[in-house]
Amino acid sequence: MDVRVSGVRKEFDRFPALHDVSLEIKSGELIALLGPSGSGKTTLLRLIAGLESPTEGKVFFGDEDASLKSVQERNVGFVFQHYALFRHMTVIDNVGFGLKVRPSNTRPAKDEIRRRSSELLDFVQLSGLEKRYPAQLSGGQRQRVALARAMAIEPRVLLLDEPFGALDAKVRKELRRWLREIHDKTKHTTVFVTHDQDEALELADRVVVMSQGSIEQVGTPDEVYDKPNSPFVYGFIGESSRLPVRIENGTVWIGEKSLGLKADRPDGDGMLYFRPHDVELVDGSNGCIAGTVVASRRVGATRRVELMVAGAEERIEIGIDADHPATELSGIAFRPRHFRVFARD
Amino acid sequence: MVHDLSQTAAPAAATWHPATTESRGSRYVLIGITLVFLGLFLVLPLVSVFVEAFRKGPAEYFTALIEPDAQAAIRLTLLVAAIAVPLNLVFGVVAAWTIAKFEFKGKAFLTTLIDLPFSVSPVISGLVYVLLFSSHSLLGPWFKSHGIEILFAVPGIVLATVFVTFPFVARELIPLMQHQGTTDEEAALSLGANGWQTFWHVTLPNIKWGLLYGVLLCNARAMGEFGAVSVVSGHIRGLTNTMPLHVEILYNEYNFVAAFAVASLLALLALVTLILKSLLEMRYGAELRAAGGH
Ligand SMILES: Nc1ncnc2c1ncn2[C@@H]1O[C@H](COP(=O)(O)OP(=O)(O)OP(=O)(O)O)[C@@H](O)[C@H]1O
Ligand SMILES: [Mg+2]
Repeated sequence: MDVRVSGVRKEFDRFPALHDVSLEIKSGELIALLGPSGSGKTTLLRLIAGLESPTEGKVFFGDEDASLKSVQERNVGFVFQHYALFRHMTVIDNVGFGLKVRPSNTRPAKDEIRRRSSELLDFVQLSGLEKRYPAQLSGGQRQRVALARAMAIEPRVLLLDEPFGALDAKVRKELRRWLREIHDKTKHTTVFVTHDQDEALELADRVVVMSQGSIEQVGTPDEVYDKPNSPFVYGFIGESSRLPVRIENGTVWIGEKSLGLKADRPDGDGMLYFRPHDVELVDGSNGCIAGTVVASRRVGATRRVELMVAGAEERIEIGIDADHPATELSGIAFRPRHFRVFARD
Repeated sequence: MVHDLSQTAAPAAATWHPATTESRGSRYVLIGITLVFLGLFLVLPLVSVFVEAFRKGPAEYFTALIEPDAQAAIRLTLLVAAIAVPLNLVFGVVAAWTIAKFEFKGKAFLTTLIDLPFSVSPVISGLVYVLLFSSHSLLGPWFKSHGIEILFAVPGIVLATVFVTFPFVARELIPLMQHQGTTDEEAALSLGANGWQTFWHVTLPNIKWGLLYGVLLCNARAMGEFGAVSVVSGHIRGLTNTMPLHVEILYNEYNFVAAFAVASLLALLALVTLILKSLLEMRYGAELRAAGGH
């Protein structure tokens, strides 16, 4: 089911949690909403589900205006951050709940509900735990029950709020892969919220980067990582270094020195962004960024050095080979392979 | 040096105690004072009720209970409780639901209002109804002209009792529901349940022990209420006397055995309530504590 969010604004007591958010989700896609705390991810997810209603704007499921429908009628599978399992029901009753509460003309028979619930529990690899209560399950198992419960109603869209937020790192990784497999099998249109960029980049077909109630960028993991379209995305996804620069006739300058980089911007002050590890070292001192090493440390397979850039009096970080003989106070010159210049804030 | 350290560490560990632990002597003194106090002011009166009731033997005791006026008082008390408790159960759940699960203006005021019966003297509560329904009031004549007696009749007693016992269920449920939040309900709704199914299958099971606890306290108060009921009842023997009022009348007539016999029933009710309350607390203590209960 295609989902389209169109010009949505949401205010809580005058506080704008979302402003003018538009988003198109294609049928069968796995989408990640990624952003720092308070950026409006949960609010957007709840708006799609119908648990909140927009102050302005609309949500479409396919061609149909879902804004007019209640949460019950939207038929979405929502997995809550803390699972919200019904604690007084067994696992299998939790999973069967959505079928049990259907109106009698569409409700399957008791045996049928039981059979389908067991099947789903099988699917999420929890067979054998039917009779347990949520309190008797581990966090990862509860997460799976919550997912099975949401899938039981054959939802048009699956929405997951920080599905792995409350789990430890190892279980997170396992469940991540497992969710991807489930998605590939069921092809549910799925939106999940996370503030973990690794999770978003690894799992999602497309990533929606949010900040302060707005969408900053929507793109495949490669696009948002390699071609960030704003200083925020540069800073939020992966690592970035930045340097105040000046644009003159389409080239980038620091002080009286040209960096040999072309920038598609009008003349004036700007801020140069690049990935610290995406640089090439060069000899000489023209057409490059030169600096003095002020600190160096080993990070995994590479060496991270902090440079005092000549002419800018700014410190930046770059990543170089671990066996590079850089020592403190030695000079290094480099050129970023990929970069962007944004307005200075 | 290591050896020395371990030697000094051992006695230190032996005399270590939590900051709130008193020395053994003062602990016994404190427990003693508490027990003497409880004995003097609670157990002794309770025991004396039964002693007085049986002073002239069990035959007199039971005669006092089956005498028609006593029977009428018992029936009236049960009737009043049977109306007031279910009403307050429904009101309490609705009020708690509204306050705990919705955001609206004037919520704090409403919460305070629910506590009003606790902070107002029961006599005043009764007088309010007298003012409302007496023959010189606004509502009184209207009801009278429609042949409905409120004051000095069963409806007045029920109204006063409902008023006085209103907070018990609501007060028990509000913190419990607030603590539980709304995600369970949202989960049920998103799975397609309607409002009633959500309440019945999700909310109610989540609050059932707190609800039972509140009903228990509400019932005890409904049967035992004296002040408010006394003002609106008119003390008509065999008609508008509840058990507490009946006890008072008998006592004023120096009919001590009968007075204490009826009082002993109320005392029994209190004991049963206490036992059930303790059982509930034992079994579902964690759940009730989450509610910040009593
Ligand atoms: N019910 C509400 N009432 C008032 N303000 C709210 C409400 N829900 C969210 N907000 C506000 O809206 C903003 C966005 O909240 P939201 O929960 O969508 O953030 P989030 O991106 O999910 O953050 P997190 O990663 O911490 O979960 C926050 O500033 C929050 O305080
Ligand atoms: Mg959130």
